[in-house]
Amino acid sequence: MSDNTPLLDIKGLTVQYPSPAGWLTVVDNVSFSVGRNDIVCVVGESGSGKSVTTQAAVGLVQPKGGRVTAGSVMFDGQELIGASNRTLNRIRGDSIGFIFQEPMSSLNPAYTVGEQIAEVVRRHRGASRADAWKQAVAALDRVHIASAATRAHAYPHQFSGGMRQRVMIAMAIACGPKLLIADEPTTALDVTIQARILEVLKELQRELGMSVLFITHDLGVVAEIARSVVVMYGAQVVESAPADQLFAAPRHPYTAGLLEAMPQVALERGHDPIAIPGTVAQAHAWPKGCRFNPRCVHRQDGPCTGEPVPLVPDGGGLVRCARAGEWQQGVAAR
Amino acid sequence: MTEPCLKVSDLHVMYDLGSNGFGKRKRLHAVNGASFEIAAGETLGLVGESGSGKSTIGLSIMRLIEPWSGKVTLGGTDVTGVGRKDVRTLRRRMQMVFQDPYSSLNPSMTVEQLLEEPLIIHRDLPKAERSAMVGQMLESVGLHAGYAVRYPHEFSGGQRQRIAIARAMILHPELVVLDEPVSALDVSTQSQILNLLKAIQAGSGTAFLLVAHDLAVVRLMSPNVAVMYLGEIVEAGPSGRVYDAPAHPYTAALISAVPFPDPERQRTATRIILKGDLPSPLNPPSGCRFRTRCPFAMEICAKETPPAVPVEGGGTAACHLHAHGPKLAGRSLMPFIKERLAGG
Repeated sequence: MSDNTPLLDIKGLTVQYPSPAGWLTVVDNVSFSVGRNDIVCVVGESGSGKSVTTQAAVGLVQPKGGRVTAGSVMFDGQELIGASNRTLNRIRGDSIGFIFQEPMSSLNPAYTVGEQIAEVVRRHRGASRADAWKQAVAALDRVHIASAATRAHAYPHQFSGGMRQRVMIAMAIACGPKLLIADEPTTALDVTIQARILEVLKELQRELGMSVLFITHDLGVVAEIARSVVVMYGAQVVESAPADQLFAAPRHPYTAGLLEAMPQVALERGHDPIAIPGTVAQAHAWPKGCRFNPRCVHRQDGPCTGEPVPLVPDGGGLVRCARAGEWQQGVAAR
Repeated sequence: MTEPCLKVSDLHVMYDLGSNGFGKRKRLHAVNGASFEIAAGETLGLVGESGSGKSTIGLSIMRLIEPWSGKVTLGGTDVTGVGRKDVRTLRRRMQMVFQDPYSSLNPSMTVEQLLEEPLIIHRDLPKAERSAMVGQMLESVGLHAGYAVRYPHEFSGGQRQRIAIARAMILHPELVVLDEPVSALDVSTQSQILNLLKAIQAGSGTAFLLVAHDLAVVRLMSPNVAVMYLGEIVEAGPSGRVYDAPAHPYTAALISAVPFPDPERQRTATRIILKGDLPSPLNPPSGCRFRTRCPFAMEICAKETPPAVPVEGGGTAACHLHAHGPKLAGRSLMPFIKERLAGG
């Protein structure tokens, strides 16, 4: 593979889940890619489809009753949608590592952390027991677990929340993955612990030359870690752009609204936070036209409330707004 | 000086963890001597990470957890000294809003019943008057009066939190303890609730004790803040001073750990990364409880508990750096930290 093809390329991914009212589309025609040596953040609120998108990309929605109805996911030159379980099992945990929000529920309480990491290495790399153990200790050392050789013999309950999350990271990177998928890995942690986990992730990304797909709802965390950002709302991508550009000049009113609603930003500007009115759109009743329109202060009847709004290039990124490039003037005039 | 709305003096709270089978009882000292005041109509923010004891303080002021020792007074009335029965009458004057609006509202009661309940318990009013008050209260938290007939499950998280706030405010209490009131909500709805709380306070003159882990939320809402670590208040004072010129290393680390939504700024920010994890509160470190994670710990920190010293610009900080080592004598820690970080 040449190095300028993306490592992960998601195109037109659509996912449905069953409900009493029939199949609900929870990921709607989502496309974005993760380059090599890249850190991409997918940001959105609950129900935006950010987690399901990545789960679907690696074949994890069918076991939960969902279905992928359209789209393609190319990983390192290989199609993952429709791939056999055998293929997916080979890739997951090996060239794609995972970390999730709750480290305790992802670790087996009955085995030592060393055994669990070594198991992954043995299964994927066919390493001998002794070699796998060595690699497990090395992985724990990489995530800065002090006296890793001793701590490898400890059980998950003997670790604190922040350390368990580092154990999860050690397990995810033990096979030297090309891509690490991190789904809200710091949401359940305190800020001082979060700061340390983000440091570790950035350091590993640099040293191992892997790519990271990071899912979060926290724009502060995005600013800390992302090179490029994908913003999701109502099962769709509403904006994507390089991180610096997205924060300096958001092109979708939802992105701008999320920033203005943050207490930190309000404090900086010396006024009360500007809340986004209304509540998050839900899959059983997507609004017509732009899905953000009932909550948007820049809404115009007609362009925003009629036909579905396409995702189009704007500046250095993509935006899904019927008044793209136009609503900002309204803000300036205020 | 006028009587503060809430005065907490040397509050200690223990959790009894039972006997180990040999007659020795294990106790967890969750709050170790907390003292603070809140003036009428003001907000004090109580900030800290998990296990710091901040929620326990809120609960023991409400007497939902019995304090071990110390004194709490509400507008001059002793809260800690009264019997369990009299606590109930005190609850008319102090209320609480909890973090999770999905578990704090009884799902089998309508909104009308939920809001009416405090009125039935504490006030003797005819039904028509109660209904009118419920309607008014709903409107004042931004919900239609017609929602009174609905059940909690028909509302979103943000709307449920509005209902919980309405229920707490309907008796016009002097104090409301807000325990992580927005942390379960989506970012876009959080600020709706924060703005609502500010508006309600401006109208009612109710004092708030805001317990939260989110530093920005606390600064936005509270003119005064107390920072907790492992059961102790390590720093307190006017929010502007505490945030801009912290005098305790834990406060400085906590503030520096919160990422700001601006990549440019994040790349150049002064970051204090704390090593290790929160020690077990069952076996807290000797001397200063923060010393095991403090980048500036000295010999004395293991031996003596640091006293709270007055800080320039208001408030106090409990740290040996003020009397020993660099002898900061109540000045901001930031120049010292920058110098240390620059020096490697």
